[in-house]
Amino acid sequence: MLKINNLKAGIEDNQILKGINLEIKTGQVHAIMGPNGSGKSTLASVIAGKEEYEVEGGEIDFEGTDLLDLSPEERAHKGVFLSFQYPVEIPGISVSNFIKTSINERRKAAGLDPMPAKELLRKLREKMELLSIKKGYLSRNMNDGFSGGEKKRNEIFQMAILEPKLSILDETDSGLDIDALRIVANGVNKLRSEDNATIVITHYQRLLDYIVPDFVHVLHNGRIIKSGGKELAHELEEKGYDWITKEADKKWD
Amino acid sequence: MIEKKQLSEDKLLEKVTTTEYKYGFTTDIESDTIPKGLSEDVVRIISAKKNEPQWMLDYRLKAYKAWIEMEEPEWANVSYAKPNYQDIIYYSAPKQKPVLDSLDDLDPEMKKMFDKLGISINEQNKLANVAVDIVMDSVSVATSFKEKLGDLGIIFCSISDAIQDHPKLVKKYLGTVVPARDNFFSALNSAVFSDGSFCYIPKGIKCPMELSTYFRINEAGTGQFERTLLIADEGSQVSYLEGCTAPMRDENQLHAAVVELIAMDDADIKYSTVQNWYPGNAEGVGGVFNFVTKRGICYKNAKISWTQVETGSAVTWKYPSCILKGDNSIGEFFSVAVTNNFQQADTGTKMIHLGKNTKSTIIAKGISAGKSNGNYRGLVRIAKGATNSRNFSQCDSLLMGDKCGSHTFPYIEVKNNSSKIEHEATTSKIGEDQLFYCNQRGIGTEQAITLIVNGYCKDVLNQLPMEFAVEAQKLLEISLEGSVG
Ligand SMILES: Nc1ncnc2c1ncn2[C@@H]1O[C@H](COP(=O)(O)OP(=O)(O)OP(=O)(O)O)[C@@H](O)[C@H]1O
Ligand SMILES: [Mg+2]
Repeated sequence: MLKINNLKAGIEDNQILKGINLEIKTGQVHAIMGPNGSGKSTLASVIAGKEEYEVEGGEIDFEGTDLLDLSPEERAHKGVFLSFQYPVEIPGISVSNFIKTSINERRKAAGLDPMPAKELLRKLREKMELLSIKKGYLSRNMNDGFSGGEKKRNEIFQMAILEPKLSILDETDSGLDIDALRIVANGVNKLRSEDNATIVITHYQRLLDYIVPDFVHVLHNGRIIKSGGKELAHELEEKGYDWITKEADKKWD
Repeated sequence: MIEKKQLSEDKLLEKVTTTEYKYGFTTDIESDTIPKGLSEDVVRIISAKKNEPQWMLDYRLKAYKAWIEMEEPEWANVSYAKPNYQDIIYYSAPKQKPVLDSLDDLDPEMKKMFDKLGISINEQNKLANVAVDIVMDSVSVATSFKEKLGDLGIIFCSISDAIQDHPKLVKKYLGTVVPARDNFFSALNSAVFSDGSFCYIPKGIKCPMELSTYFRINEAGTGQFERTLLIADEGSQVSYLEGCTAPMRDENQLHAAVVELIAMDDADIKYSTVQNWYPGNAEGVGGVFNFVTKRGICYKNAKISWTQVETGSAVTWKYPSCILKGDNSIGEFFSVAVTNNFQQADTGTKMIHLGKNTKSTIIAKGISAGKSNGNYRGLVRIAKGATNSRNFSQCDSLLMGDKCGSHTFPYIEVKNNSSKIEHEATTSKIGEDQLFYCNQRGIGTEQAITLIVNGYCKDVLNQLPMEFAVEAQKLLEISLEGSVG
C-alpha cells in the first residue's frame, strides 16, 4: 500500500529526514518509535503533505501514485489520515460541520453526492458510541477549548468516521488517561481491517499492548536505524535507545 | 517650455472659472461641477445649486465656520496621508438627471455594476419588498416604491427633496443627534453635504419593506458627503439597509458621511450596512477614506440596532453609536470588520446609557489579513441616573497569517453601581497549521477560510436581512481571497 523510498526532507538548510525507507502492506500495523526530535512527526507531516517541509529526494508511493505529486487534500481524498500529535483549534467551525464537510469533500473527489443527512447522523452516533463521546460535543467548535485528551479522542473520532486506508497516529496515546487510552485503542482495533493499514508513533509500550504492531521501527536522527517485531518495543522499554543509537551514530558519522 | 505654458494656462483657466463662480453663484447653477477647494463661497454655491432655504444655508455656514477652526483628529490607530481639503471637488451632479419611472430604465453600466455585486436589478424587482433609492455621485437619480410608502405616510426620499418638501421635519431634527461641531468630519459634512437619504416613519406605522439605499462614488476626485436622517416616530418600526461600492481609483477619495437616527418612544430602528468601498490595490495604493459619524438616540422603550459588515475602504474611522436617553431603551451593535492587504480600520461603537434600565449589546468581530491593521474601539458609558443598566460586550479578533494586527480599546465609564457590565474578548488565528489541519481532512484552503469566517461571523450575519446576509457572505469571501498561504 505504502512504499517510501529514500525520502529526504527538511526545513530550510536543516535536513531532518535523511533517507527513509519503509514498506507497509494492507492489514498491517507498524509502530515507529524513537527519541524526541528524531523526525517522527516530520515523517508523518511529509506523508500528509505539509508544505512547510521541503522534500529533497525520494518517493512516497501510495497504491501506485506518488503522494509527493498531490496536494494535502488530494492525499486525504485518497485515504491518508493523520492523527495530529498537537491537534489545532479551528475557530468558528463546529465539530459536526467540520466532519460533514470533510466527508463530503472526499465523496465529491470520488464523484459521489453528499452523504444524506440521515446516514451522516447515524454514522456520527455510532462512532460516538464506539469512542464513548459525550453528547453536546458535536456543536462545540473544532478542538476549541478541548482538553488535551479530548483533542486526541476527537482525532480518532474523525478517523472512525472517515475510514481512511492509511492512518498515521502521532502520539495519540499521550494525554489520554488510562480509561481513555483503552477506549481509543479499542476503537482503533475495531477499525482495523484487511484493507487498511496503520502507522502508530509512540514512546510507550503501553499503547502497543492494546494495538499490537506487526513491525516496530526505531527512528533516530532522520533514519530508521532498526526494525523488528513487536518484541523490539519491549526491549526498548527495558533498555532505552542508547544501545542502538550509539551504534548508528558511529556508522553515520 | 511647453509644459510651463500649459501650466500657466491652466492657472488662468482656474482663476477665470473660480472668479465666475465667486460672483455668479446665485445665477449660474447649470454647470455640473464646481471648482476644487472649500471656502465660504463654495458652501454658498452648493446651497444655491440645491435651491436651499436660508436656514439651511445658515446651518451650513455655521458648520463651515466651526470646521475651519477644527483640527483633523489623530487619536485613531490609523495612519494615512491627510487629504488636501483644498484639492477636493465638493459638489458634482451626474451629467444628466434621468427621471426613472421604474428600475428598468436604469443605465446599463450601472446595472452591470450591480450584477457584479450580486444585487442585480432584476433580483431587486423580484424582491418587491425592497424600495431602492440610488444615490449616484451625490444626487439621487432613482427613487422607487415611493407611492406605496406614501400611502402609509412614510417619507423616503433624498435629503435634498426633504429640505424642499418637508422643511419642518428636517429643520427640527437635523444636527440634533450629531451636532455640526461634534467632530472634524461631521462639521465638514454639515457644511458641504450634497445629498443622502431622508426617512420618516409616522406614529405606530410598521414599515412593510426594507428601505434600502445603494451608494457609489463615480466621478474622480469627488468627495462624498452623504447625509442621512431617519426619524421613527412613536411606536413605529423600520429596517434600513445601506450598501455601497466604489469602482477602482488610484487616488484616495474622501468619504465623510453623517447618519442620524431618532427613535421616539417605543420605536424600533434596525440599520444595516454593508460597506465595500474601494480598499486600494494589493500594494496599498488608492482606496477610499471612510470617516463616518453615525449616531442614534433612543427615547423611552425604543430600540436601535446597528449591524455593519465592513469590508472596504483603505482607511475606516467609524463608530455607530446609541444614546440611550429614555428609560428601558435598548442599543445594539453587531459588526464584522475585515481588513486585508494594507487596509486600516478603527471602528467600534459608543453606548451612552442615560435612562434607567437601559440595555446595550455589542458584538464586534474583527478579521485582519495581509498586512492590515484592524482596531476595535468602544465606549460604554453609564451615567449616574442610569440605574440598573446593563451592557454586554464581546470583541473577537481573527488574524489570518502573522503579518496583520488587531487591537482592542474598550473604554468603560460607570457612574452608578446598580449597573452591570460584562466584557469578553478573544483572539484566534488562522495560520498555516489551521489550514493544514483542514487540508489534511480533505478540505481545501479557500473552503476552509470560508467555513471559518462564516462560522466566526455567524452571530453578526444572522442579524442581517436574508438577501443582505447572502451578499455580505459573498463580500467576505471576495475580500479574503488569497489572504493566507
Ligand atoms: N517546523 C520546523 N521548524 C524547525 N525545525 C523543525 C520543524 N519541524 C521539525 N523540526 C526539527 O526537526 C527535528 C525533528 O522534529 P520532529 O517533530 O519530527 O521530532 P519527533 O521525532 O516527532 O519528536 P517528539 O518525539 O518530541 O515528538 C527536531 O530537531 C525539530 O526541532
Ligand atoms: Mg513528534
